[in-house]
Amino acid sequence: MAMAIKLSLILLLCLSSLLAPSFSLFEDQVGLMDWHQRYIGKVKHAVFHTQKAGRKRVLVSTEENVIASLDLRRGEIFWRHVLGPNDVVDKIDIALGKYVITLSSEGSILRAWNLPDGQMVWESFLSGSKYSKALLTVPSNLKVDLDSPIFVYSGGCLHAISSIDGEYLWKKDFAIESVDVHQLILSGGSDVVHAVGVTDSSQFDTYEIDVKNGGLLKHTSASFPGGVYGEILPVSGDRFVVLDASRSVVLLITVNNGATHLQQTHVSDLIHGSSENTVILPSKLSGIFSLRTDSCIVFVKVTDEGKLNVMEKVDKTVVVSDALALSEGEQAFALVQQGDSKIELSVRLVHDMSSNHLKETVKMDHERGFVHKIFINNYVRTDRSHGFRALIVMEDHSLLLLQQGEIVWTRDDGLASVIDVTTSELPVEKIGVSVAKVEHSLFEWLKGHMLKLKGTLMLATPDEVAAIQQIRLQSSQKNKMTRDHNGFRKLLILLTRAGKLYALHTGNGRVVWSTLLQSLRTTSQQQCAGLKLRQWQVPHHHALDNNPSVLVVGRCGLSLTSPSALSIVDAYTGKELQNLGPAEHSTVQVITLPFRDSTEQQLHLLIDADKRAHLYPTTPEAASIFQRESENVYWYSVESEAGILRGYGVKKTHSSEYSFEARNLWSIVFPAESEKIIATVTRKPNEVVHTQAKVIADEDVMYKYISKNMVFVATVSPKASGPIGSATPDESVLVVYLIDTVTGRILHRMTHLGSQGPVHAVLSENWVVYHYFNLRAHRYEMSVIEIYDQSRAENKDVLKLIVGKHNLTTPVSSYSRPEVTTKSQSYFFTHSVKAISVSSTAKGITSKHLLIGTIGDQVLALDKRFVDPRRSLNPTQAEKEEGLLPLTDALPIIPQSYVTHAFKVEGLRGIETIPAKLESTSLVFAYGVDLFYTRIAPSKTYDSLTEDFNYALLLLTIVALVIAIFVTWVLSERKDLQDKWR
Amino acid sequence: MITGTEYTRYDLDHSVPVFCTDPFSLSLQLLKMEKGKGVLGSRKWAVEFTDNSSTRDILDPPGFTRASPDQDDSSLTRQKKDAEANWKSQKAWEVAQAPFKNLMMMGFMMWMAGNTVHLFSIGITFSALWQPLSALQGVGKVFEPYKDNKVDLLAPKLLYIALNLGGMLLGVWKLNSLGLLPTHASDWVSSLSPAHEVEFSGGGAALY
Repeated sequence: MAMAIKLSLILLLCLSSLLAPSFSLFEDQVGLMDWHQRYIGKVKHAVFHTQKAGRKRVLVSTEENVIASLDLRRGEIFWRHVLGPNDVVDKIDIALGKYVITLSSEGSILRAWNLPDGQMVWESFLSGSKYSKALLTVPSNLKVDLDSPIFVYSGGCLHAISSIDGEYLWKKDFAIESVDVHQLILSGGSDVVHAVGVTDSSQFDTYEIDVKNGGLLKHTSASFPGGVYGEILPVSGDRFVVLDASRSVVLLITVNNGATHLQQTHVSDLIHGSSENTVILPSKLSGIFSLRTDSCIVFVKVTDEGKLNVMEKVDKTVVVSDALALSEGEQAFALVQQGDSKIELSVRLVHDMSSNHLKETVKMDHERGFVHKIFINNYVRTDRSHGFRALIVMEDHSLLLLQQGEIVWTRDDGLASVIDVTTSELPVEKIGVSVAKVEHSLFEWLKGHMLKLKGTLMLATPDEVAAIQQIRLQSSQKNKMTRDHNGFRKLLILLTRAGKLYALHTGNGRVVWSTLLQSLRTTSQQQCAGLKLRQWQVPHHHALDNNPSVLVVGRCGLSLTSPSALSIVDAYTGKELQNLGPAEHSTVQVITLPFRDSTEQQLHLLIDADKRAHLYPTTPEAASIFQRESENVYWYSVESEAGILRGYGVKKTHSSEYSFEARNLWSIVFPAESEKIIATVTRKPNEVVHTQAKVIADEDVMYKYISKNMVFVATVSPKASGPIGSATPDESVLVVYLIDTVTGRILHRMTHLGSQGPVHAVLSENWVVYHYFNLRAHRYEMSVIEIYDQSRAENKDVLKLIVGKHNLTTPVSSYSRPEVTTKSQSYFFTHSVKAISVSSTAKGITSKHLLIGTIGDQVLALDKRFVDPRRSLNPTQAEKEEGLLPLTDALPIIPQSYVTHAFKVEGLRGIETIPAKLESTSLVFAYGVDLFYTRIAPSKTYDSLTEDFNYALLLLTIVALVIAIFVTWVLSERKDLQDKWR
Repeated sequence: MITGTEYTRYDLDHSVPVFCTDPFSLSLQLLKMEKGKGVLGSRKWAVEFTDNSSTRDILDPPGFTRASPDQDDSSLTRQKKDAEANWKSQKAWEVAQAPFKNLMMMGFMMWMAGNTVHLFSIGITFSALWQPLSALQGVGKVFEPYKDNKVDLLAPKLLYIALNLGGMLLGVWKLNSLGLLPTHASDWVSSLSPAHEVEFSGGGAALY
């Protein structure tokens, strides 16, 4: 009976959810359970705009292809534009004092943005004949026919473009002369652009070009047989320095009256001692250049006679800024010296290198790592002396502004490049809260609810309404550092590209701790990067005293065979508990095994490039657990380039206790001439499925084929693997497979003719939903495949089920070759998609929502019932009762079902869903350049009262009822007595 | 001593057929019974004017001879008792047949309620299940007033029970037609967790 009631309740829920849009939000609910953080990424270039400006700002371009205008006082974003992933910003500058000029896409797109509000003013596409370095020069005070031209060198051509409207003025092609231009120099006052370049890396060329029409005025050249390394750096108007190909000789080039003079100086003469890996730093300082070697940085002055004098030798970790022109025609530049938990900033004047103009020591959190870049700007103090502010980019990609020896503001922009996400539970609340605190909170609680009551009864004044909203938004309840009953409060642990781990509180998104992982720090010898973040220890029953911890897997080096770096980090404090790297093996795959040891440590297999499996943790207990289970442990690899899927098992003989040889069990070779792998998707390993049966209309049952060992593979014909439009419909074929990864058996194969990628897919329970482009219909499509187990379909006899005579609970093996049937259907979908995910709940009972990251960087929740292959044009009465929707050709996009409502998650890359303890609710975390977090309830919050439930009203009603009962009782007693006396 | 007039009064209170459409009217009926009892209780102190035993020592008025009513009285009482037994058995049959009307009414209401699960149909179904059950529990009480040595109450009781069981069956049938009885395979497997998988497999494309 209980089961029946439950069933009917679920049915009721389904019915109720049918009536209203399943997800929507009121305006005053924004910010109650969601938060949104805006970032820009690691800054590449910065241009200050402080002169004659009311709001002082700095314009930056970043490695996430963001251009932004930041408030210099507080570090907030005035405006921001995220260019596409392929539209890399090369240069940024300010023209006419009101336009921001950006050069992007390898110098092929030049754009001007309005400085105050960031609106695009004009855009020009520059065509070039060959690939070349992109250079941008915006002359500050050059006027040609009432116009200020901008000079851009890109694609082997020099373009002059009007800064007013982006029109082409002229173009000079250097590709014919096969010159690779390194520098564009515009000497002040003259009407000549100097282009300095190298031909065939052995001839040095200078061109003088008329700014009015692009006519070549003068060309000089000088050859040097050694070849050059790196860039030519201008030292003064007619002097340049460059390294030769062997990196041991500095060439000083002097251009004088049409003659080019070369002068060679050995680096070893300048730097006494080792001079490996010499480079000329790109800081442009007049009359001075800086050389960096493995051991130090030297500043070399070029005298008027052409002599090189070493002025100073500093540590190699010192970071040098570009020169900043001060008012009196002199130049200043900044040096930053890294100390232990502090940095030393010194500003020097170029003409007077001997003394520091300014020296400041700033305390610096050592979790920010080294200084990577520095940009300086000056301001005039009240006593007419120069003050300096410095914008510093740190190793963890954070951005800081230093002024007067203090950090004015910081931005954690490392969070713009999240690689992987995991979560951790917060500690359990300790018993013994002080009485005063309780009383206070009780009073506050009552006050809050009385206010809410007033609001409900429409009695509140506008001030009180504001207070109510404030209370709702800043509920201290949601920001506590302890576990809550509903499982909403968690730590989001994020691994960023800088190798830094952040822990964010889900309540308001604040950073609880952050750690720059020592094992992942990039040094001069090797470049390290994080790969994966996994839960390592989740204390549950046995090891409750331990803090949970996470495993970070990284790689030190650029190739797949580079050694891996492993570290284990405490999830509560951010302490690096164990640093296992660099390990002697490489890592190409990280597999979390479904086994735990007695301390609740999760067993992991790391597969190296030689297909050997390495077991972690390296304890005898883990080894014995793995030995016991190794017969049933398999893994597979997807080799996209070769078009091969291979399956492996563990070989009996093993090389050492914790590393195991693989034996190849199966391979699936896709024909290279017709199929190319473009997407593979598996189920989330921690997904919980409530039931294996699907009840359909007329009380019938279908048994889902639920296997964690299933992979979805999408292939396209090689011709169609390019962007949309590169292949005709006849040439492009999309084939999708469902493959069992234990046996390599192809469970299902389907061909979509005339369709092509990119394919985004999500696999959950027994279904897969994928998104692709239909070339024939010229529209995006979404398809669904549901897979059912036919071998269990006979289990329909009620009596047998009651007495337990069925095969539904017997363990399944992939080798038993289960018979499967599939159902599939396709629909049109308006948007193109960046990511697809699916909601996940604690028990898997709640219906599912697909979370679709649209091209507009928003997250759309789409009910799974819309992508049900059993939909038909005219559903029967029973099917309607079941909740089956009539078939439509396109999937509806309900504006209220945007999970991100008014926000955009710029540069959206991934959507992570985490089950809350409350079955109805799923936590959603979307990341890209921005971070966004919210909670969704796909079947509405049927198991809890809503956030704004009025407890005061409930209390009041109860009290009123009790009083009413009492009064009526008294009255009835009195009436009875009177009756008796009658 | 309870006199005849008193008895009939008590009877009249109970002669209303037990005919309820829903639990609310049932409770109303019970309330009525309570009230009847209350009336009886409140008459405990009533002076019985018909009792003339206390007037024995007062001389009869002249010209009045107290006839001995013995013979006359006994035949009268027997007659009276027969009539009463007849009447009781008739009433008992009436009471036994009462659930039939109830049954018809219930059937009509169930037909009206339809086969979809909502508050109304569930309420009707559960009252249809509950009413016969409570009636069966109180079967002794219902027939208590008609208890007599001369009246055979077994047959009416059996009819009463049968009709109530019929009502209950109707309720169960309705429950089934609403889909609330676990008579389908889906009811037994809908929360059956997925079977354990023997093998584990992981992996994927190489990490970059």
